[in-house]
Amino acid sequence: MTHILLRGRDIPDIWKYDVYVENGGYEAFKKALSLEPKAVIDEVKASNLRGRGGAGFPTGVKWGFIPQSEPVKYVAVNADESETGTFKDREILETNPHQLIEGALICAWAIQATAVYIYLRGEFWDVAHELDKRIEEARRAGFVGQNIQGTGWSCEVYTHLGAGAYICGEESALLNSLEGKLGQPRVRPPFPAQKGGGLYGEPTVVNNVETLANVPWIITNGAAEYKKIGTEQSAGTKIFCVSGHVAKPGNYELPMGVTLRELLYEHAGGVPGGKAMKAILPSGGSGPIIPATDAVLDTPLTYEDMSKIGSILGSASIIVMDETVDITWVAAKVTKFFKHESCGKCTPCREGTYWLDKVLDRIMAGQAQVSDIELIDNVAKNMQGVTLCALGDFAANPIIYTIKNFRDDFMQHVQKADIKPASKARQAAPAGD
Amino acid sequence: MALSDKKYSQRIEAAFAKYPDKRSAVMPLLYLAQEEYGWVSPEGIQEVADLCDMDPTQVQSIAGFYTMYSEKPKGKYWLQVCTDLACALRGADEFYEELKAELGVEDGGTTEDGLFTVEHVMCLAACDKAPMLQCNFHFMENLDMDKMRAWIAEKRAEAAKAKK
Repeated sequence: MTHILLRGRDIPDIWKYDVYVENGGYEAFKKALSLEPKAVIDEVKASNLRGRGGAGFPTGVKWGFIPQSEPVKYVAVNADESETGTFKDREILETNPHQLIEGALICAWAIQATAVYIYLRGEFWDVAHELDKRIEEARRAGFVGQNIQGTGWSCEVYTHLGAGAYICGEESALLNSLEGKLGQPRVRPPFPAQKGGGLYGEPTVVNNVETLANVPWIITNGAAEYKKIGTEQSAGTKIFCVSGHVAKPGNYELPMGVTLRELLYEHAGGVPGGKAMKAILPSGGSGPIIPATDAVLDTPLTYEDMSKIGSILGSASIIVMDETVDITWVAAKVTKFFKHESCGKCTPCREGTYWLDKVLDRIMAGQAQVSDIELIDNVAKNMQGVTLCALGDFAANPIIYTIKNFRDDFMQHVQKADIKPASKARQAAPAGD
Repeated sequence: MALSDKKYSQRIEAAFAKYPDKRSAVMPLLYLAQEEYGWVSPEGIQEVADLCDMDPTQVQSIAGFYTMYSEKPKGKYWLQVCTDLACALRGADEFYEELKAELGVEDGGTTEDGLFTVEHVMCLAACDKAPMLQCNFHFMENLDMDKMRAWIAEKRAEAAKAKK
């Protein structure tokens, strides 16, 4: 198929302004400017486009929350892409940046925003500096700045570089970080769309890069055409980031509803070396891990079907593990990530990740007992639903679902354990990250 | 040697122009302080605080929160190796161990010649190109130790040449 988002695969130089325009670039924005802002929101609502950052919230509905009576409103583009296994937004930003800028501008027109801030993770240093040049090209063409295309409406577009913190991909932490505060989540309500809850207290739409990159296509071709792609509840294409034990890791943009089997075997080339596939993390480190059974592999990749098998579509960053992988090691690895990335604001997440890491080190060192498996399961379950943002739940998932689905892997560590007195075991555990 | 140097004035102005308040410029200005001093030194923190009308303690807390601001001096080449799950499945842990051994340093350490600082970091969004690292914020991808040994030798030769 031809791509909607990864058009750099079909037209290699589409990152260049001239090439983008030759291929219909900024026509969707011009069309949007000829429509009432509300009509643009209605079209996006009708398309069933859902947030591609992971939560899957309906995009048009989110835009519709913005109170039009407020004079100052913002669009914040979430380009903090930090979930383990996710690298889709980076390809859009590198190979098709004008489409993201155009999508963000259409959103800005729809909510009558005064400025767009594109928040990029600090590690996208080179990407951000290139993006600044692309924004300048759009400005020179009259798509950014004062009195855009003679409409009387003015809107600026800026990039902002983070500096290495997973939590800043959480929308309220992102806004705090932009404001020069610690990147920690806020108490909600008020939500970002509401007065008092957004950037500088003004109503703000926060959308993921991939989400906004869909918008020009929807405005050009119409919501009805968009809904023909994918399934009824999961419209459009999705970029699936495939990593781990596959022959051809990379991004694959495919219609939603493709099965895991087709994605992982036909597109990503299957597991190298003739090994069997053991486990799949369908949504990066934070989503529930699932065994690679036939039933799982035949599941269509949609929001609705992935939840039926006890996992989520999320950001669709699919990490594949072959039969040689010890799932206890996976739990320990991912827990180190969340321990490092917990912002420290909420006690259950800050302390929970610390102790999960400690006990997992003990299990990995062969110095734990069966009761330690119950202990971490209990700690993880006590982190769920009690923190300001989802990171507490994300950090609990790698424990709860690895134990639920791969308990034997844990048992192997504790059964062969040479149990030492607790005090010695504690000394033997590494100090942590 | 300070952010008051005119080589920074345009970039400081551009940072302030982006936001409706001064405080929001703290992150871009911390990057400039790091460029000037090689790390976010106490002088740099103070200068950023003065520019943003913030308390130095607040600026220090921002600097400490993020991994890309270095709170200690580091080598000319700051190598941050991703050893997260997706990279580790493609050999990043072994790569990182070999790299440390090659340079003779521990995690977070700097080589005696002051050229290389090595540490491991969390996911850098290049999972399909592992093993990978970022060197002074630029990505190096699809690595192996042969490539790294050649690269290290090249950087050492450049440094030796510059000394002469």
